Amino acid sequence: MLEKAFHGSRSYWFLITLLLLGIVIGFFFYLKQLDYGLGITGMSRDVTWGLYIAQFTFLVGVAASAVMVVLPYYLHNYKVFGRITILGEFLAVSAVIMCLSFVLVDLGQPARAFNVLLYPTPSSILFWDMVVLSGYLLLNIIIGWTVLGAEKKMVTPPKWVKPLIYLSIPWAISIHTVTAFIYAGLPGRSFWLTAIMAPRFLGSAFASGPALLILFCLILRKYTRFDPGKEAIQALAKIVTYALIASIFFVAMEIFTVFYSQIPEHKQHFIFLFAGLEEHRFLVPWMWSAVFLAALALLILLYPPFRQKENLLATACAAVFSSLWIEKGLGLVIPGFIPNPLEKVTEYHPTGPEIAITIGVWALGLLILSILYKIAITVKQELES
Amino acid sequence: MNLARRVFLKATGLFLLSLGLKPSGGVLAKNESPNFLANPQALKGRRWAMAIDLKKCKPDCQDCIIACHWAHNVPSMGNPKDEIKWIWREPLAKAFPGQGLESVNSPWANKPVIVLCNHCANPPCVRVCPTQATFQREDGVVMMDYHRCIGCRFCVAGCPFGARSMNYRDPRPFIKKINPNFPTRTKGVVEKCNFCVERLAEGLLPACVVACPEKAIIFGDLKDPQSEISQILRARFPIRRRPELGTQPQVYYLT
Repeated sequence: MLEKAFHGSRSYWFLITLLLLGIVIGFFFYLKQLDYGLGITGMSRDVTWGLYIAQFTFLVGVAASAVMVVLPYYLHNYKVFGRITILGEFLAVSAVIMCLSFVLVDLGQPARAFNVLLYPTPSSILFWDMVVLSGYLLLNIIIGWTVLGAEKKMVTPPKWVKPLIYLSIPWAISIHTVTAFIYAGLPGRSFWLTAIMAPRFLGSAFASGPALLILFCLILRKYTRFDPGKEAIQALAKIVTYALIASIFFVAMEIFTVFYSQIPEHKQHFIFLFAGLEEHRFLVPWMWSAVFLAALALLILLYPPFRQKENLLATACAAVFSSLWIEKGLGLVIPGFIPNPLEKVTEYHPTGPEIAITIGVWALGLLILSILYKIAITVKQELES
Repeated sequence: MNLARRVFLKATGLFLLSLGLKPSGGVLAKNESPNFLANPQALKGRRWAMAIDLKKCKPDCQDCIIACHWAHNVPSMGNPKDEIKWIWREPLAKAFPGQGLESVNSPWANKPVIVLCNHCANPPCVRVCPTQATFQREDGVVMMDYHRCIGCRFCVAGCPFGARSMNYRDPRPFIKKINPNFPTRTKGVVEKCNFCVERLAEGLLPACVVACPEKAIIFGDLKDPQSEISQILRARFPIRRRPELGTQPQVYYLT
């Protein structure tokens, strides 16, 4: 099926070239980072995780959200999702590859990355995260490819793929739970030390992933002859609505606990996020943008006539995606380190090379996604014609 | 030579299998002699611990810091972003946060105290490390393997005391005078105080303990009730940093 990726329109090749350019630029700066060390980024002794780990955390959510199309389709036989299930699975594949790449570019000694396998350490959540993420990647590649291949040959998929599909459902939950545990189990990092972390991660994942999927569906319908179906898009919109409400609810619970209990150690991180500590306010505009975008999205999504207008729906989905990109990206990683255990506030600003590398990894993910989507859509179109 | 496909595959398979068998070859011939000889003078303890006498420690003295950083080739990076430190000074109110010392204008609040890795008995950094590059010895010392560390900095996030430093760039050009008796580090690995295990192995007390002109740092075996540290911890009022987190720091402060 791979050959289908090599025949495309001019705009397809333009997109591929653009993404390759992004990868090349990112790789160039990554070589610089390899040479100089991670000091080339804005990360410091106090803020030791930054943009890379923020992208990683957010994208695990995007990957996990594939379950929101897989589950209704395979468990509840919701036929409407038949056309987009493959899109969800391939989105998961590219998102997991981006996750693993972001972890890799974040390592101080990437050549030693396989030490994680050489010295498996069950007490380390990072070890488990690697296990569940690679497992999830394999599951989605195998399932997506097999089911699409069967569809192409107009036969029913082989029987052995069914148990794998069922396995992929709890597995999707596991990748985001384990990722939340990376943060939620650390003593002395009071911003992350909360039992709601995993539910909150899942809530925002099931909002941001399907929102992105809606945007992709709308783009595909506009630029290709592939039509995911209005009903499928509207069903996804409902999922985004519920998940966004859950996500906001979980954050609100966090804010209640922190501010009603009045424990300074827990309060200070939220004050830093929304008002700034001392003269350090660099995340404040970002956080209020996230709040504004979430509110806007909620307004559109809650009122069905708004939600059914696809222009408005696209706006809402873009707002959900950007809002949660902030909330579960830099807005989650950075305040864990600020103030530091010695109550010092250290500013963090991503550097140019760091941003270029980040864009490079995104370009890599989008390239893989474009190729996979191209294959999937060509197969489906050939069947129809 | 005309090798049948079947034979070729068999041979390849056997070859690959033999590669997998290689590690188990060790059971056939085992070298019983030790890899190195321990120094008979080495200090032995079952639980190394440190006490810092806040009454004796002088606020403007840096002798322990200089001695440690020279002994361990700790670089002076010259900026707080890339800073590497094993032992340093913090205002007492920052080292012991949440005590409300500032609110009563306590003169103690700004008194500098020395802080370092606590060599916790229940170390979160060891728990989170995905490669066991940071590990705990039987005598309680929390160690780093600089050759195994992948630089993921999970241990830095896990440490509630800010005791760990990452080598954000090559540290070697920033070491003023290299001590040839201790290895330098490479970029991309995490480092911290090692309770001077290299000195203990030679029968010497840690560099900071020896360097302190006020004898304010006491080091010894907590499991030995007759040791100086055990006695002084019984006689004085010892406190630890953030004991509520359950990491059980092995660095005590005498008030």
